[in-house]
Amino acid sequence: MHPAKSVIFFTTASGAGYGMMIWLGVLAALGEVYPDASLGIVTLGLAFALIVAGLLSSTLHLGRPERAWRALSQWRSSWLSREGLAAIIAFVPLGIFAFAWVVMGTNSGAAAMAGLAGAALSLLTLYCTAMIYASLRPIPAWHNGWTVAGYLVLGPMSGAVLLTAIFHLFGQSKPAAITSLLSLALLATGLLVKLAYWNLIRNEAPVSTAGTATGLGHLGKVEMTGSPHDNDNYLLREMGFRIARKHAEKLRTIAVALGFVLPFLCLLATIYLTGGLMPLLLSALATLSCAIGLAAERWLFFAEARHAVTLYYGEQAV
Amino acid sequence: MGINPFETVREDVGLSPQVGDEVKTSTCYMCACRCGIKVHLKNGAIRYIEGNPDHPVNKGVLCAKGSAGIMHQKAPAKLTKPLLRVGERGSGEFREIEWDEALDLATQWLGEVRQRDPGKLAFFTGRDQSQSLTGWWASQFGTHNFAAHGGFCSVNMAAGGLYTLGGAFWEFGEPDWERTLYHMMFGVADDHDSNPIKLGLGNLKTRQGTKFVSVNPVRTGYSAIADEWIGIRPGTDGLFVFAIIHELLRAEKIDWSSLARYSNAPWLVIREPGASDDGLFLRASDGGPLAWCLEQGKAVHANAVHLKPAFAGERTVNGRTVVPSFQLLAERYLGAEFSPDAVAETTGIPAEVTRRIAAELAETAFEKEIVVEEPWVDAWGRHHEKFVGRPVSFHAMRGISAHSNGFHTCRAIHILQALLGSVDCPGGWRYKAPFPKPIPPGIKAAWPKAEAGLPLDGPPLGFPRSPEDLIVDQHGDPLRIDKAFSWEHPLALHGMMHMVLHNAANHDPYRIDVLFMFMANMAWNSSMNIPETLGYFTKKREDGEYVIPKIIYSDAFYSETVPYCDLILPDTTYLERWDCISMLDRPISSAHGGGDAIRQPVLPLDRDVRPFQTVLLDIGARLGLPGMTNEDGSPKFPGGYEDYIVNHERAPGVGPLSGWRGEDGSKSGVGAVNPDQLTRYIENGCFWHEELPLSAQFMKFANREYLQYAKKMAWLGHADPITFQLYNEDLQKFRLAAQGHGDIQPPEAQRTRIETYFDPLPIWYQPFLERDEGGEEFPVHALSQRPMHMYHSWGSQNAWLRQITSANKLHMHRDLAAKHDLEDDDWVWIENGRGRVKAQVRLVTGVNPSVVWTWNAIGKRKGAWGLDKDSPEFEKGFLLNHIITEKLLPEKGVKEYSNSDPVTGQAAWYDLRVRLRKCSQEEAGETWPVFEAIDKRFEGKDGPLEFGKDLQGGDTGGREPLQEFVGQRSANHSWVEGIRDGRGNRVSDET
Amino acid sequence: MTSLPEKTDKKLGLVVDLDICVGCHACAVNCKEWNAGAKSAPLTDYDPYGKKPDGVWFNRVHTYETTDEAGHGQTVHFPRSCLHCEDAPCVTVCPTGASYKREEDGIVLVNEDICIGCKLCSWACPYGAREYDENEGVMKKCTLCIDKIYNENLPQESRVPACVSTCPAGARSFGDLGDPESEVSKLVAARGGYDLMPEQGTKPVNKYLPPRPRQDGREGDKAPRMLEHADDSTEGAGLIARWVDKILS
Ligand SMILES: Nc1nc2c(c(=O)[nH]1)N[C@H]1C(S)=C(S)[C@@H](COP(=O)(O)OP(=O)(O)OC[C@H]3O[C@@H](n4cnc5c(=O)[nH]c(N)nc54)[C@H](O)[C@@H]3O)O[C@H]1N2
Ligand SMILES: Nc1nc2c(c(=O)[nH]1)N[C@H]1C(S)=C(S)[C@@H](COP(=O)(O)OP(=O)(O)OC[C@H]3O[C@@H](n4cnc5c(=O)[nH]c(N)nc54)[C@H](O)[C@@H]3O)O[C@H]1N2
Ligand code: SF4
Ligand code: SF4
Ligand code: SF4
Ligand code: SF4
Ligand code: SF4
Ligand SMILES: [Mo]
Repeated sequence: MHPAKSVIFFTTASGAGYGMMIWLGVLAALGEVYPDASLGIVTLGLAFALIVAGLLSSTLHLGRPERAWRALSQWRSSWLSREGLAAIIAFVPLGIFAFAWVVMGTNSGAAAMAGLAGAALSLLTLYCTAMIYASLRPIPAWHNGWTVAGYLVLGPMSGAVLLTAIFHLFGQSKPAAITSLLSLALLATGLLVKLAYWNLIRNEAPVSTAGTATGLGHLGKVEMTGSPHDNDNYLLREMGFRIARKHAEKLRTIAVALGFVLPFLCLLATIYLTGGLMPLLLSALATLSCAIGLAAERWLFFAEARHAVTLYYGEQAV
Repeated sequence: MGINPFETVREDVGLSPQVGDEVKTSTCYMCACRCGIKVHLKNGAIRYIEGNPDHPVNKGVLCAKGSAGIMHQKAPAKLTKPLLRVGERGSGEFREIEWDEALDLATQWLGEVRQRDPGKLAFFTGRDQSQSLTGWWASQFGTHNFAAHGGFCSVNMAAGGLYTLGGAFWEFGEPDWERTLYHMMFGVADDHDSNPIKLGLGNLKTRQGTKFVSVNPVRTGYSAIADEWIGIRPGTDGLFVFAIIHELLRAEKIDWSSLARYSNAPWLVIREPGASDDGLFLRASDGGPLAWCLEQGKAVHANAVHLKPAFAGERTVNGRTVVPSFQLLAERYLGAEFSPDAVAETTGIPAEVTRRIAAELAETAFEKEIVVEEPWVDAWGRHHEKFVGRPVSFHAMRGISAHSNGFHTCRAIHILQALLGSVDCPGGWRYKAPFPKPIPPGIKAAWPKAEAGLPLDGPPLGFPRSPEDLIVDQHGDPLRIDKAFSWEHPLALHGMMHMVLHNAANHDPYRIDVLFMFMANMAWNSSMNIPETLGYFTKKREDGEYVIPKIIYSDAFYSETVPYCDLILPDTTYLERWDCISMLDRPISSAHGGGDAIRQPVLPLDRDVRPFQTVLLDIGARLGLPGMTNEDGSPKFPGGYEDYIVNHERAPGVGPLSGWRGEDGSKSGVGAVNPDQLTRYIENGCFWHEELPLSAQFMKFANREYLQYAKKMAWLGHADPITFQLYNEDLQKFRLAAQGHGDIQPPEAQRTRIETYFDPLPIWYQPFLERDEGGEEFPVHALSQRPMHMYHSWGSQNAWLRQITSANKLHMHRDLAAKHDLEDDDWVWIENGRGRVKAQVRLVTGVNPSVVWTWNAIGKRKGAWGLDKDSPEFEKGFLLNHIITEKLLPEKGVKEYSNSDPVTGQAAWYDLRVRLRKCSQEEAGETWPVFEAIDKRFEGKDGPLEFGKDLQGGDTGGREPLQEFVGQRSANHSWVEGIRDGRGNRVSDET
Repeated sequence: MTSLPEKTDKKLGLVVDLDICVGCHACAVNCKEWNAGAKSAPLTDYDPYGKKPDGVWFNRVHTYETTDEAGHGQTVHFPRSCLHCEDAPCVTVCPTGASYKREEDGIVLVNEDICIGCKLCSWACPYGAREYDENEGVMKKCTLCIDKIYNENLPQESRVPACVSTCPAGARSFGDLGDPESEVSKLVAARGGYDLMPEQGTKPVNKYLPPRPRQDGREGDKAPRMLEHADDSTEGAGLIARWVDKILS
């Protein structure tokens, strides 16, 4: 699949934004974070910014963004519609939560309830996003449980890493310690999920073949010798994207190293190197590294996913 | 639509939009198949073109080209005004001029020639369908140097058929698609009968118990749907057919009674080697041929009603040693060298396959006889209760004809049909009117006049029957610029357009003053040798003048040839003009009856162009040519071509159109001029078709009812039966001359050639180029094929068709590729002694492993056809024409012959042999040769094409397209490197 | 609801006969020609006279070669367009309801007035039947020529999809595949018509008819192998001698 910048940005950014929201809501409910206004502005603001930027980017990249509002109507059947709806509904409790925190200076009680509801809806939104991909049968690399697991883990994971850095910036060592531990756990889980995912897509038996796509399989190997068009078309640009194995391996290494291993080591180090600027620097490094790593991961998520339509254009099996 | 975001909006689809405000019928000309079309117009623009369901040719279907007619009309390459060259030839520097000036100039140039020596005008036209006009114009002008494109197209087919059965494949005959049970097709990619063949194959294959065999080195198109594909080695079909005949003879699976009645198989041939009439038929005093009747025990008139002829046995009749011609045929093809085993290696066809095919043909012909219960009367007055059909049929085209041995191969296929008794019978191959014709047709080419201001006494082209009919001087040297009808190519019935530029530029045999061309891309894909041909166009004398002093050309588009000509007469498109698809030319008849058609202007002209035919008549009138001028000097057809179509009479009562003749339109075929004729055609969908009664639809060569009807229609001069000439005496006459008999003999140097190739029975020989340049050094055959959706060079300017194909690849067998270390999309040099061409590779398995092939005429020259300078047609499209040649290496002591069939002058495109060499990394990426751009004025239109946007609107129940929005456009796609076309996804793991 | 209709009154669709499709592209071009001025007008062409000519088409014709273990090969032309699936995933994924399946006849359409161009439906379709108009920002696809097949302004014989009426080989048929008595259903039954990628669970309405077995002398082909020779003498001398006095006709 074509790794479009907009979708990569959207899924990683809003994933991180929702992740932050989830943990802010949970920490507030647990009373583990003091409703400091400036902290609130920065954390909640950043989370909102990431979510909105992501949504905006994906909206603006619609063919007809001015009609985006129509995307809500089919929540009964469409995961994309549900995602939109969940995202919008999530804004309500999250807004209340943020208002209470930043303006009213409280994040406990009713505010915490709103925060928790917001967290749940954020998770739900992530789930919807995941299901958009996971529900697509023609793309076996997406049509599986690990895709959902990936979105559900990586969003909260990147959110936690980012929060850690911000807490350190604000010298909030206690919540920082919690998010550090959360991050470590999620980074490890995330890595396992991705490894399991990559293992699956590499070893899974193909769902469809050139033979089933044409129905000519009984005649032997099916190869395309004449194309309907001599130049690229929409289908090939959008779905015929193909990445060389070597290139993928390289990106995978980057994704693993920067997305998971390095942030893990950095955050692990903050537990031991507690003095001065070190935790901040390390957690900032972890965040940056994680962002780059996840962009690579997401790029691969698209680039490695092969669509059944390519079977008509020379691919043997997907 | 509300603005409730949760509402599910229901679409109100307009189910019955007004398609257009007017429907006009006409005839398609996106190729030469001449299908009937219905053009829907909306607000004066074309909305939709569909096939006319009532039309006899296409019965409502329309091919890809025809469907893309809209984009033909929209092509930016359309010429808009007459052009006069101001720069050097080839530079593309022109001045736009007015028609008055253009016509004055043309008249002046042509007038000068005509007053000096009309033969110094060479008038050659392309694949147009107005040869009856252009040929007539040439003879009125007085030049014998006229021909159309047939010489490089498929004259082998025409000649092979007309000298054997009095009708030909090409588009002049057709299998009985509804009845045939076994169809064998040789060397066809799309052909002129494009839609009828597809309709026919679809019909054949969806009937039970049928089989379709395709003999073709390449398995695409029709061969792909064949029940059996025979991937023959190019140029060897003759041997394959001989081997089939060998098998049939051995098994006596021959339709003896058909041969006895309808062919010259029993005619007695004089067998007295050395005699001046050796090999000629023994004739009675009245000139009629004789046959030996076994019942009567004597030689009788071969045409007698009662005859039990001998098919073998040397006898002495009237003191001469004679044998039935069938014996000569049998002796030849029973020869061991033509057994399936003997030919297997050369043809690449295993002997058991040949044997099986022969057995299947015999089984179908003789054991699956079909009958049409319809009484008929033969030419001798004998009544028959029914038509008996031998349901095997054949079709062949350029895969046979475009080889230098094609004439004989084509004859062999026709002879095979006759041996099986499947000519014009139910389920067999059938003639389309006005065929069958006498063998050969009686028309003779007029003798050159070369006298100022005089017309020729007849048509410039005809059918030679003996050396007397050649157009040569007292030394036996050619008198035509293309050397047609000379000893070099005696039966060059269609002329040899492919030699004109070469000969004119080399003053061989003489110089010409004006070259006048119409609708032929001679500076590109119609040329056998582009690099040198461009040199012929631009060759100069010492004084700086061009060797070919003046070139007038009519094209409708900015083709590669336009910039090489001096005066351009821009033509209309097929949707803008009157045309006539005439019985005198290439009509739309079917086996069921005769037919012709017209084109009517469907769209008004929006440019300063004129229909060429009208311009030609105008020039004719300005020159005062006899048929085009009244006594008082005024033009005879002031109304242009449509005036001519209606009012011209070739012979009394015979004009371009056969339908609705007679003052009241009640006559067909022959009748007085009907001023309302065109209206009647339009009322009938722009065609006329007269179905023959069933009793006249078969066995037309000997069907009294048909023959009398054909005579009435002026298709035949008399109603005598037409006898298949398996053994061709006319060819023998040339051979006798070569052996030293008769007054007119070939020049010394050409005796052997004539003696060898004018065999009265088909022979096989290695194609010339393969003989000269084949072997180990150039071991690979290189072919081209027509893509079904493209028509020669016209297709590339078509915004829709070029999306399908805008570059061509060199297809080869995986094994051949492996030998050269080639993989898909690699670049390769295609080389021979003359040069090389660079192409990209596509591996396949459906091809003979000694063959490479590509699509024809996809490669284009930069600057042509209104395309952007970096179009794939220029950078990835290539032509094999760069390394084909129009001339062979000079033989020892003899001149350099044309690379053509020695009998007919048919250009031998498919004899090409090459070797392959993989390109280095640096060489890959772009084709070669790439010539300098020929024009800078025409540039591809920018921006997307939104045809149809304005056709869809309120009344269609649809939406008005909305333009203002922010959103993702194509631009967004271009940022990612590494997008591959996905075809085969050939990103190697290394990258 | 864009959820799919429970059932449709008819299942209009196409049957493509791969045994006689010659790969001529007529269906593709005529489809383009009809639809460029119909419901989905225009079918934009990008760079029509330039380096990368490309545009919106509803029907595309591929060529495949098959090779079996014994090395026998076959070439098959393969037109590809929307199959008007019963369980059309392109419909259920659509967030706007622009993509829908008609209850009357099962035709799957895009309402281009509300399509937002999210392209999700093209991801959901395994067959590549959806074509995004990059210039208009909306999705387009085969309409089964809905404005032709019901068009009362056209003569009855023209009321079939453009690709069907134009196909020179007669390789395309159109009809109600939900009615077992219809011509197309009978054709499918008689010829072993099949679904493309049944494993995708889309339940295509359109069917493809397989190429009939070749008759090229392989196992199972009952054709005669060879003719019995009447005489095998060298150069056929014996044969010719036999014919000398024989009345053959
Ligand atoms: N390598 C190779 N070369 C071949 C062949 C092959 O098999 N292999 N085949 C040969 C054969 S058989 C043929 S027939 C030739 C065909 O090749 P060409 O004769 O070159 O045919 P086109 O390019 O179709 O058309 C010739 C010219 O007619 C112009 N034209 C189109 N419509 C009109 C019109 O309405 N009026 C006028 N005045 N002009 C018009 C076009 O713009 C073009 O310049 O190619 C030959 N070349
Ligand atoms: N779509 C389309 N239709 C056209 C044209 C066009 O340009 N496009 N051009 C028209 C014109 S001008 C012409 S002349 C006709 C020509 O019509 P065709 O004769 O169908 O045209 P070619 O493309 O020359 O096809 C020749 C076929 O013969 C095969 N072949 C080559 N050598 C041999 C051989 O030695 N033996 C056998 N058995 N086969 C061989 C080739 O593989 C190829 O398939 O088509 C006409 N129709
Ligand atoms: S075969 Fe196609 S291009 Fe040729 S006349 Fe018929 S419809 Fe037109
Ligand atoms: S028009 Fe018919 S024969 Fe031609 S490609 Fe389409 S389905 Fe095949
Ligand atoms: S073929 Fe594709 S676009 Fe058509 S109905 Fe099925 S899934 Fe939808
Ligand atoms: S692109 Fe249009 S039709 Fe397709 S899913 Fe999106 S909104 Fe629906
Ligand atoms: S049914 Fe109509 S829209 Fe669909 S492929 Fe055929 S012609 Fe195109
Ligand atoms: Mo031709």
